[in-house]
Amino acid sequence: MIAATDARARAGTSSWLSGIRPIYFLIAAWLVGVLGPYVWMFITSITPPGELATITIFPEHPTLDAFPSLLTKTPFFQYLLNSIEVAIGTVVLTVACALLAGTALSRYRFRGRSAVLAGVLFMQLFPSILLIVPLYVELKTIGLIDNKIGLILVDSAFAMAFSTWLIKGFVDQIPREIEEAAYVDGCSRWQAFRHVILPLSRPGITAAATYAFIYSWNEFLFALTFTFSNDTRTMPVGLSLFVGENLIRWEFLTAGGVLAAIPILIGFMYAQKGLIAGLSSGAVKG
Amino acid sequence: MRNTRRLSLPVHWIMLAPALVILVGFMIYPAINAVYLSFTSTNLLNLKAQTFIGLDNFARMVADPVFYAALVNSLWWTFGAVFFQLVFGMIGALLLNQRIKLRGLIRGLVLLPWATPSVLIALMWMWILDPNLGIANRLFEAIGLGAQPWLSDTTTALPTLIFIDVWFGIPFFAVMILAALQSVPYELVEAARIDGANAWNTFWRVVLPLILPAVMITTTLRLIWTANFFDLILILTNGGPANASLTVPLDAYQTAYRGMNFGLGAALAVAQAAVLAILVVFYMRQIRKSDIA
Repeated sequence: MIAATDARARAGTSSWLSGIRPIYFLIAAWLVGVLGPYVWMFITSITPPGELATITIFPEHPTLDAFPSLLTKTPFFQYLLNSIEVAIGTVVLTVACALLAGTALSRYRFRGRSAVLAGVLFMQLFPSILLIVPLYVELKTIGLIDNKIGLILVDSAFAMAFSTWLIKGFVDQIPREIEEAAYVDGCSRWQAFRHVILPLSRPGITAAATYAFIYSWNEFLFALTFTFSNDTRTMPVGLSLFVGENLIRWEFLTAGGVLAAIPILIGFMYAQKGLIAGLSSGAVKG
Repeated sequence: MRNTRRLSLPVHWIMLAPALVILVGFMIYPAINAVYLSFTSTNLLNLKAQTFIGLDNFARMVADPVFYAALVNSLWWTFGAVFFQLVFGMIGALLLNQRIKLRGLIRGLVLLPWATPSVLIALMWMWILDPNLGIANRLFEAIGLGAQPWLSDTTTALPTLIFIDVWFGIPFFAVMILAALQSVPYELVEAARIDGANAWNTFWRVVLPLILPAVMITTTLRLIWTANFFDLILILTNGGPANASLTVPLDAYQTAYRGMNFGLGAALAVAQAAVLAILVVFYMRQIRKSDIA
């Protein structure tokens, strides 16, 4: 809209459409293609079941009924809580470990460093299918099958490599001089870490935390395979269970989808910049 | 004396320890275990009865026509999806690299699918493509193209899945290539213009060579990732109809968890990893050349 009015003012033509640079039409088409399915999901979630077969663009009698019924008549609320627990656990564990490891890899030169770096990079490429079979056996052996802690450990392992790279990239950018000044002022190593590295790498920590959250929130395969009770199942598994039913309740599915998308939207929009910077600098290796 | 020595374990290893413990425990160890499992007969319900059977699982794998069908599907799925993601991602990146308003917001919006749960992507498209109620078929009928079977026909199932994966993957490519484009010095592009090169030539001769390393790395990474990614297929078609959309990792998953044959499932997964190792080596070389580590 801003672009439209602006262009019209500049072009000074009577037809405002002709004043818009063609590139905006392409970008608008792209946005419609990307956002369309989300909008359609939202519209479906507020459509009464009786109208599903006939709606064209917007329901005649929009209703929010699907949301309370979804939360009270199905275990979906429990799935959401489980997802939140697993995601928070994964974020805390991943970020704590990745922060220490990323700082060590950025600040110390030692034998085995490049091997660790290459190894971390390499592990990002591990096929989950290769690990999903033995992990079941392993989790069963240590008693963490159908257990949220088990899921947190597995999710953390998979989010760890990228988070470590991300944080290493951010710590690399903190000038050594600042740290050295802290040493001169009598700081111990730990104090320098706490008062210099930690605050200055905050954007990196935010990006890593968002990444770990999104990874865990979205993770489907491990949750599907390693959990089987309503007390541990996460939201993606819960959503997929709706599909297995004979009669798919589209209003429930789409309402659940809307609820599932909200934390992602907020988190992603909030940390977008750091994440994109991390993806492309810390690096193309995401 | 000894104690003081032991306490002087270098601080960097202490800092690396928690991450390494988790990575070794839940990635390295299971990966080694997968190789071991592939040489055994293992039943999930009776783990104690595990027996070593050498290469029998691999012999069974290569004698099974389903494996070859899955292999062909895997190749189509991986190269088909990544090819279109690369082409459209490149176009998208060039669009976003123009001087446009609200670029930050637009970049954030188009990247949204990257952050969306794969299950949600699957369900959105399942609803859009629903044969009876879906909006896609209603649109197709309205413009006279007629209803399509989409995911329920052997000829259209895999192409439809590839289409969805392309939709899912374009944003990632676009943002990665955009980052590379933004590192191209403007003076070079300007110089080419002054020398009389048109936009097309400037792109091919000046910009593309400069961003090529980043494009190669992104593409390799995406090939590996796509080859391993089967969430969408698992939810939308489960490999069907009649194995028309069965890929190798999905075959491994079904063999292990539907067929309860962990040994054969692991063998399929090991075969998948072995083939992908070629791409992984290529990728690690690219990274080393671009001096990141």
